[in-house]
Amino acid sequence: MNSVPVARDSQAFQRYIAQQEKKSLLRFLTCGSVDDGKSTLIGRLLYETKMIFEDHFSALERDSRKHGTTGEDVDLALLLDGLEAEREQGITIDVAYRFFTTDARKFIVADTPGHEQYTRNMATGASTSDLAVLLVDARNGIVTQTRRHAFIVSLLGIRHIVLAVNKIDLVDFDAARFAAIRDDFLQFSADFGFHSIVAIPLSARYGDNVAERSPRTPWYGGPSLLQHLESVDVTEDLASRPFRMSVQWVNRPDLDFRGFAGTVASGAIRPGDDIVVAQSGVRSKVERIVTYDGDLDVAEAGDAVTLTLADEIDVSRGDVFARSGDRPEVIDQFAAHVVWMHEQPLLPGRSYLLKRGTRTVSAQVTEIRHKIDVNTFQHLAARDLKLNEVAEVHLGLSEAIAIEPYREHRETGSFILIDRYSNATVGAGMVIHGLRRATNVHWQAIDVTRAARAQMKHQLPKLAWFTGLSGSGKSTIANVVEKKLHTLGKHTFLLDGDNVRHGLNRDLGFTDADRVENIRRVGEVAKLMTDAGLIVLVSFISPFRAERQMARDLMKPGDFAEVFVDTPLEVCEARDSKGLYAKARDGLIKNFTGIDSPYEAPEVPEIHIRTTEETIEAAADRVVAWILGRDGADDWVI
Amino acid sequence: MGMPDLSVDQHSHLKRLEAESIRIMREVAAEFSNPVMLYSIGKDSSVMLHLAMKAFYPSKPPFPLLHVDTTWKFREMIAFRDETAKRLGLDIIVHVNEEGVRAGITPFTHGSNYYTHVMKTEGLKQALDKYGFDAAFGGARRDEEKSRAKERIFSFRSANHTWDPKNQRPELWQIYNARVHKGESIRAFPLSNWTELDIWQYILAEGIPIVPLYFAKERPIVERDGMLIMADDERMVLRPDESVRQRLVRFRTLGCYPLTGAVESDAASLAEIVREMLIARTSEREGRLIDHDEAGSMEKKKKEGYF
Repeated sequence: MNSVPVARDSQAFQRYIAQQEKKSLLRFLTCGSVDDGKSTLIGRLLYETKMIFEDHFSALERDSRKHGTTGEDVDLALLLDGLEAEREQGITIDVAYRFFTTDARKFIVADTPGHEQYTRNMATGASTSDLAVLLVDARNGIVTQTRRHAFIVSLLGIRHIVLAVNKIDLVDFDAARFAAIRDDFLQFSADFGFHSIVAIPLSARYGDNVAERSPRTPWYGGPSLLQHLESVDVTEDLASRPFRMSVQWVNRPDLDFRGFAGTVASGAIRPGDDIVVAQSGVRSKVERIVTYDGDLDVAEAGDAVTLTLADEIDVSRGDVFARSGDRPEVIDQFAAHVVWMHEQPLLPGRSYLLKRGTRTVSAQVTEIRHKIDVNTFQHLAARDLKLNEVAEVHLGLSEAIAIEPYREHRETGSFILIDRYSNATVGAGMVIHGLRRATNVHWQAIDVTRAARAQMKHQLPKLAWFTGLSGSGKSTIANVVEKKLHTLGKHTFLLDGDNVRHGLNRDLGFTDADRVENIRRVGEVAKLMTDAGLIVLVSFISPFRAERQMARDLMKPGDFAEVFVDTPLEVCEARDSKGLYAKARDGLIKNFTGIDSPYEAPEVPEIHIRTTEETIEAAADRVVAWILGRDGADDWVI
Repeated sequence: MGMPDLSVDQHSHLKRLEAESIRIMREVAAEFSNPVMLYSIGKDSSVMLHLAMKAFYPSKPPFPLLHVDTTWKFREMIAFRDETAKRLGLDIIVHVNEEGVRAGITPFTHGSNYYTHVMKTEGLKQALDKYGFDAAFGGARRDEEKSRAKERIFSFRSANHTWDPKNQRPELWQIYNARVHKGESIRAFPLSNWTELDIWQYILAEGIPIVPLYFAKERPIVERDGMLIMADDERMVLRPDESVRQRLVRFRTLGCYPLTGAVESDAASLAEIVREMLIARTSEREGRLIDHDEAGSMEKKKKEGYF
């Protein structure tokens, strides 16, 4: 593979170095089930391309004696299982990245685990790959896992497949067996949009058809795996696609220079070209393409550059540049495939953060259209989405941003979802298409404003959100607050959990998904009431932080207060004014907050009422004081 | 005959790696309020710093450099560090674990494991806490060691600076999750996808200055425990059977001089180093004592907060 000219400083060596620097890069992933020999195959590739250094190899011989499964032979798979836990369990639990190089190409391999529970990792590995090597065991042929792997890599937009029919030695290098497996695969993957599928019979353990064509498969006329990887053309010709660039960072060293730094996602741009900011529609012309190595005449897909524009226009991080004739859709509702990646399920209506390119916005899944069984590709109804599940969903955003179908635009079509509290990356999504709804339903401009309505009532609309366990005293205190405000001539409305559940929300139960929807509706109703000029009191258990945050986000800062009615569970249970705790303990009520459903206490509530330490009257006065402003006088500035 | 064109081709693997690193750096600068770049003076740090100069041009990198000085670095490294900061006009913070110094912790008296923990890992944590950095760039590469192969590019650290390898955030496309609570932080590794060979080829193509210790030269060498240790100053005490000999050596990796083994080599230019690399069959961390201590030792150190 690597034959280095030995004579130093020779012309041959200089040429060799120059050629090494001009190599291309191929990123691919390998997927296979537990015993298909995936790690052995990568170990074999590293070995054949002389990427295993002597000290690694001697460590490998030591490890093989301790953990190996190949008897006296060196177990090449042990090269890859990096984490101690994996070495002990003999399985690969995370994506590992491996590197090897030949004279033609540099390769980055994402080694991803094949277990059902690791769909997450496979999607991760596939997201940065141009090609997938799917392993099957020649003895077993196409199995459920193979179908899942093919589906996931197609979902992530991979167009080039190698079907590596491994352990061909164990079926006596049988040509018919190989052909049957290949035909099976071609048949079921016909609709997956793969541009190239190359099937190769091989033995990772003995090296047949890995680096060189094997004399033991004379019936096979195709390339070895390595020959194919070195020559396969995976270029998407991104340069001929419409120009897109997300602004990452505004470069402002002094008053004379204002540049927009980013990486060109697709297309090309030249000085003098028209440019448009997707969101605002504001236009300008590219003045310079600035880099450390000098200005460029053209920036193409993959180039990290800084653009300066002819005009002083408003551009910030997260904006997307395009050519004026080909502007991406700017929308706040769209359909997408989502792969869920967290133990806590996805709940429709819950507020997540969505990061697309360099832009982060608030998002919620408005509807799970259907879940997709990754083994059978069947569509199933679902109310939530669990770890490693895949679904087609509709999403709504807090503001419209540039969003495009993933199959056409990887960068403007891909996103991650982040939990607002744990900050964990909980999901990954690929846009299918925009939904026209939002683009057509424009906000109706209203002449009588929120401020005007409030002024007529001589009050400042506020929303006090009472949260706490069942029986904590929320409704009792909220009632006293409302009476006091009423006496002061204030127009109020109290939304009480039990009452609302009899009407507006009578279709909802007590599952996590329904609780989220329950709060979403109440939050929206409360918001409309404050728009009408009312002071609104909401008394709901509202056990999840994420939904209380969602309600908070609907209001302007300062107009929303979280009132935490903090009563220990034992006290609530002892009071048990409605007899509900007793029933829950007897198992007659399911999903009861505090018993078999969690309550996430507020971290920094505006008002914290400890009912074991404070009287109802005193607590109510504190809430009233907040609603009317600290000194008790209305603040007329709206 | 003229020299072949050594400039980096716009679509080569090096250019793609460069663009990826620049994107990572800009993302960190845009998302965090108080980032820092860990600067270890070695060749990887030299490349990382060069990429930072590119990423923000014509601005200077919008973060300081931090060097955790164990007080046992080669003297030429310290000279190179100060010269580099001056040449590029950058702020550099030098932090020493003074408690460790007072306790008399040295690589000769306390063993490489304990010494590294106190002077490097603890020193780094002290510095990160002292300045409240919420993101720190490191020059680690995934090809260096098995446990690094699974490291994320944005790698989450708890408020105690610990790494939980089994609970890492999934990282898709080039969308990096930069969100942390107060006290938590991200270690960002812009060179994750570079290999040692890529680093050398890039240094060669871009003409990046590196510490002269990487080039072969006659140096005062003591052979100890199978390693070639350079007697860099008078603190190196010889054992009875040892002697200092001038030998033609160079270093493939740089750290604390008592823990860093030299290799015999006559590669005195960058081109010769790359040539030697291409025919080398010994991986670079072999020259570092700390990885020899026990299997999985790097993973243990990383969990504790070592880079």
